[in-house]
Amino acid sequence: AVESSGSEEEDLVSYGSALQPLQEGERIKKPVPLQEQTVKDAKGRYQRFHGAFTGGFSAGYFNTVGTKEGWTPSAFVSSRQKRADRTILGPEDFMDEEDLSEFGIAPKDITTTDDFASKAKDRIKEKARRIAGVVAPIPGTTALDDLIGPSKITVGVELLRKMGWKEGQGIGPRVKRKPCRQKPDPTVKIYGCALPPGLSEGSEDEEDEYQPENVMFAPKDVMPVDLTPKENVHGLGYKGLDPSQALFGVSGREHLNLFTGGSEETSNLLGDLRHSKGRKLGITGQAFGVGALEEEDDDIYATDTLSKYDTVLKDEEPGDGLYGWTAPKQYKSKKRPERELKYIGKILDGFSLASKSSAPIKIYPPPSLPRNYRPVHYFRPVIIAGNENCCLQKALKESTGKLESDPAQQSRHALNAAQRREQLGETELKGPASSILEYLSEKDRERLKEMKQASEQQMKAKIVSQQSPNSKFQPASPEDAAHKWRMLLGGQLANAGSSDFKPFAKNPEKQKRYENFVKSLKKGEKDTLERFLDPNMTEWERGREQEEFFRAAMFYRSSNSTLSSRFTRGRYEDDVDKVEVPRDQENDIDDKETAVKMKMFGKLTRDKFEWHPDKLLCKRFNVRDPYPDSSVVGLPKVKRDKYSVFNFLTVPEPTTSVTQATNEKIQESNSLNKPKKPSRWDVSDKEKEKKDSISEFISLARSKADIQQQSPVPATEECGTGTSETLPTLVANEDKNQEEESGRPPMDLFKAIFVSSSDEKSSSSEEESDEEQQPATSERESETTKQVDVPDSSSSNVQESVTATTDSGISSLPTSKQELDATEEFGPKLPPAFSSATFPGPSRKEKHRKIRERHKTKKERKHKKEKKKKHKKQKNKGKHKNKKPEKDSSSDTTDSNDSLSDMDTTGLSPKELLRR
Amino acid sequence: MAFPRPRPARAELPRQRVQTLQCGQGAVRAARFNADGNYCLTCGSDKTLKLWNPHKGTALRTYQGHGYEVLDAAGSFDNSQICSGGADKAVALWDVTTGQVVRKYRGHAGKVNCVQFNEEATVIVSGSIDSTVRCWDCRSRRPDPIQVLDEAKDGISSVKLSAHEILTGSVDGRVRRYDLRTGQLCSDYIGSPITSVCFSKDGQCVLAASLDSTLRLLDKDTGELLGEYTGHRSTTYRLDCVLNEQDTHVGCASEDGHVYFWDLVEGSLALSLPVGQGVVQSLAFHPRLPCLLVATQGQVTLWREDTFQ
Repeated sequence: AVESSGSEEEDLVSYGSALQPLQEGERIKKPVPLQEQTVKDAKGRYQRFHGAFTGGFSAGYFNTVGTKEGWTPSAFVSSRQKRADRTILGPEDFMDEEDLSEFGIAPKDITTTDDFASKAKDRIKEKARRIAGVVAPIPGTTALDDLIGPSKITVGVELLRKMGWKEGQGIGPRVKRKPCRQKPDPTVKIYGCALPPGLSEGSEDEEDEYQPENVMFAPKDVMPVDLTPKENVHGLGYKGLDPSQALFGVSGREHLNLFTGGSEETSNLLGDLRHSKGRKLGITGQAFGVGALEEEDDDIYATDTLSKYDTVLKDEEPGDGLYGWTAPKQYKSKKRPERELKYIGKILDGFSLASKSSAPIKIYPPPSLPRNYRPVHYFRPVIIAGNENCCLQKALKESTGKLESDPAQQSRHALNAAQRREQLGETELKGPASSILEYLSEKDRERLKEMKQASEQQMKAKIVSQQSPNSKFQPASPEDAAHKWRMLLGGQLANAGSSDFKPFAKNPEKQKRYENFVKSLKKGEKDTLERFLDPNMTEWERGREQEEFFRAAMFYRSSNSTLSSRFTRGRYEDDVDKVEVPRDQENDIDDKETAVKMKMFGKLTRDKFEWHPDKLLCKRFNVRDPYPDSSVVGLPKVKRDKYSVFNFLTVPEPTTSVTQATNEKIQESNSLNKPKKPSRWDVSDKEKEKKDSISEFISLARSKADIQQQSPVPATEECGTGTSETLPTLVANEDKNQEEESGRPPMDLFKAIFVSSSDEKSSSSEEESDEEQQPATSERESETTKQVDVPDSSSSNVQESVTATTDSGISSLPTSKQELDATEEFGPKLPPAFSSATFPGPSRKEKHRKIRERHKTKKERKHKKEKKKKHKKQKNKGKHKNKKPEKDSSSDTTDSNDSLSDMDTTGLSPKELLRR
Repeated sequence: MAFPRPRPARAELPRQRVQTLQCGQGAVRAARFNADGNYCLTCGSDKTLKLWNPHKGTALRTYQGHGYEVLDAAGSFDNSQICSGGADKAVALWDVTTGQVVRKYRGHAGKVNCVQFNEEATVIVSGSIDSTVRCWDCRSRRPDPIQVLDEAKDGISSVKLSAHEILTGSVDGRVRRYDLRTGQLCSDYIGSPITSVCFSKDGQCVLAASLDSTLRLLDKDTGELLGEYTGHRSTTYRLDCVLNEQDTHVGCASEDGHVYFWDLVEGSLALSLPVGQGVVQSLAFHPRLPCLLVATQGQVTLWREDTFQ
């Protein structure tokens, strides 16, 4: 198929890249199934995703240290022969290359190569090298390296040298030396790090120098701040023992006078050490710092000779308790902590004083008992509530004492949501109150309560009187009461006692009990009723309370269900005196009116407001939101007093001078379903008349004409629905009153009734409008002079002209002019649909049609009259209050006729048009 | 050598009637061109909406689904959808080809006087006599409007959209322009109830027709009066006003059965087109040609310039 139309192909525009043409016999590649899609690393090895930190791939063998063969140790291979080339394995040898890559755990940094490294005396490195030299198997090898290694001098150093710089000098212009530096006072103790030897030496050197006045010197070389990180676990400022000092330079140092300085103990120590001195070397390091409890710390920085250290683990310490202590011995001089003072008595043989004092035994104070704790559990005897037992019960009760048992704490499962909320300290949710009581004022509630109590009293009195004399103070047993009340309440209790209703609000305990009680009642658990009663009360009290609860539940239930179903909660809180009003309002129009009159449009007539479009609207219009941060939509609102005068000042509602001329009856019927809203339309018209002489003139003329037209048949004017407001004839012009919309019966109704199928849609619709008017007019005789312009299909004008031209005999038609507008409208009306007049150059056909039309109208008018009667009856039945019923009743017929006529017209019009 | 720019052809006004559409749908409440002017929509008082090729005079499709008469309609930029509003308080979104109602937006409390699509046909803006303008979302399924513009104190008689503005004319005598880009509402007081508003093609001016039988051309930015056009009669009905395709003339329907055209700059009456005896109800000017669609009573006529054959 592709080859067949080569020419066509050239016209085609192709998008995208073409698929590779299939070779013959080649099978279409199947897509790789999901489970076979794999990830490979840079070297093509499979990877498994893990989502871990470094790349998220698996490690080892399925994340284990094993291998495919298992976790078998490699066999021992003697390395005796290849000992020489045995290399020291570093951690890197066990790492994957991913770990060494840029993002691995041990990335290999870019470092300066030797070519560019500074060869200036880096003292720190120097030092490190020296130390390394000492530590190395052969001490001093690094020195050898120095001798052998080729000296590389970097470019920068070379340049500097050529400019006259010498090693050891600073860089910069030459300066005069300061005359003299103060020599550090040897008596001053220096804390912290020892000065680097080189520097201190240098400074000493300088001081000795001879300094002529007129000689400039190169600036001192500045020792850069040592920024090397601390990577070891030595103390701050620790530096390895300088081998030169430790080994050989002891005697050269004058301040290392071991024999003169120090306390007696020190000399003791040194005396000891002298024996071992020179025997063995190899321990390096210097302890740093002074213990908090130590007093003397002189010389500790300078006396870092190996001779001060134990180099051998001795089997016996001299008895100073510092066995194994390798630090300088002067520590032993410290006062021992008070531990030793603790035990003064004789120590038995074979025992020694514990070096570590055992931690003192912690003593936990016993828990403080609650105030009302009773050490004995008391089982309350189950006593059948009988009158003979009442004394016993009372006694028992008293014996138990007034244990305050809060029902709310009995069990957390017994709590309802409100109680839990209370305990948690949450605020109550706003929702429709389920109790009607909420809507009552405080006073009414009081009254209700009184009533309730009164009835209670009565009941009580009755009950008491019914009881046998020996059980006078005991009401019916709870079970009985429950039964009784259950029967009374029936199933109605199901929704009794909402949590919002608090009949015992004054007594929260009681209220709580009541709530629990009602809850259990709802569930229908008879047995648990008693559980919620206060166990501390006497039986009589409990019985009474139960009764009370029952009654309260029933009392409030009934009002609740009957009334509350009729109310709904206000959407806005009534007690809030504020109302939201637009922040900016179009200010009053008086000024503007004058401005308009003077044609001074612009600033005077313009109001500008901040207006916030909806975000979605901006999106749909492809416009950036002008107020991206605001949540306001529309005009910004402010809260104002609800009844503030200012809310109304800005609304200039000039009262319309609409006279209510029609009879009351109509008004009544209308007012029921049509609230009237004066439209600005009227106002403007009136104003316009006053101001505008031309329009006034026109309207006058028109009204006159109207009057003439109407005079012949005064009886027909009221429209079907009737308009209550009418204008005096003088004022009456095209503008009539507007009310609410949509009272008008649908055209179809009339169509259905009156239209005979015709190919002329226009004629049919004309008829309809006639019908529409007529039933109404006949029905009501009211003399409204108001002019209603028919916004609907058939215009009064049309009709007038039709009747005038064709058929003067039918007088009723012109009068019907006003109706139609039964359905009051706001704003400018819609023009009438048809006029009898043909337009300027009517075709023959159109004329013909017109004539036919007229005939038809005549015929149909007869029809109409009959139907009118029918219609009237209907209307009388239906009271005419709203038209909808009418519409409905006749809708079936309407539809059928409608469709008929529609078909006619639709079928015809295109044909006609085509012919034309 | 540079040639002077050719002078734009002098604007011609439609003077001769070339087509008459007998719509057969009761009174024609509105006649509207589609986006490119090749087709038109007529809104009938018999609850139908019809699509025509007015240049050939053929009826293409009838759209039924409104519950009362249809008061206004508009076509989307791609001709795929139509929106319409009617006295049944509903705004309907139609699919052009299937003729079915795609969605109906209910929420207006009164007749819907005017509807407009935005540029991309993603929003329908409708104005109603309930004094609100509602912006309905065509993209999502939400039933409520995106935003309700309820600043008007009386019914909305006309709504027009530009790329980033919503222009409304209200019976309370004000022309309001909501600028989405700057987040401002400009309200110009005219005094007399506004029947129709429209933007000029250059987007600089606003034309407002009001019931005091006057057309006013206002500067969009400052609200200053640029021109006033009188001579027609518009005191009762909601009649349309238009600007011609080159912004050289303004036109307005009249209750005396004529369509009037004025020179935009001079304000002098340029043309009075006798259309019929009834009220001229609706006007639509072709977006690119001197071609006028006039709805009066039950028919729609198409008018072209004199030279048109």
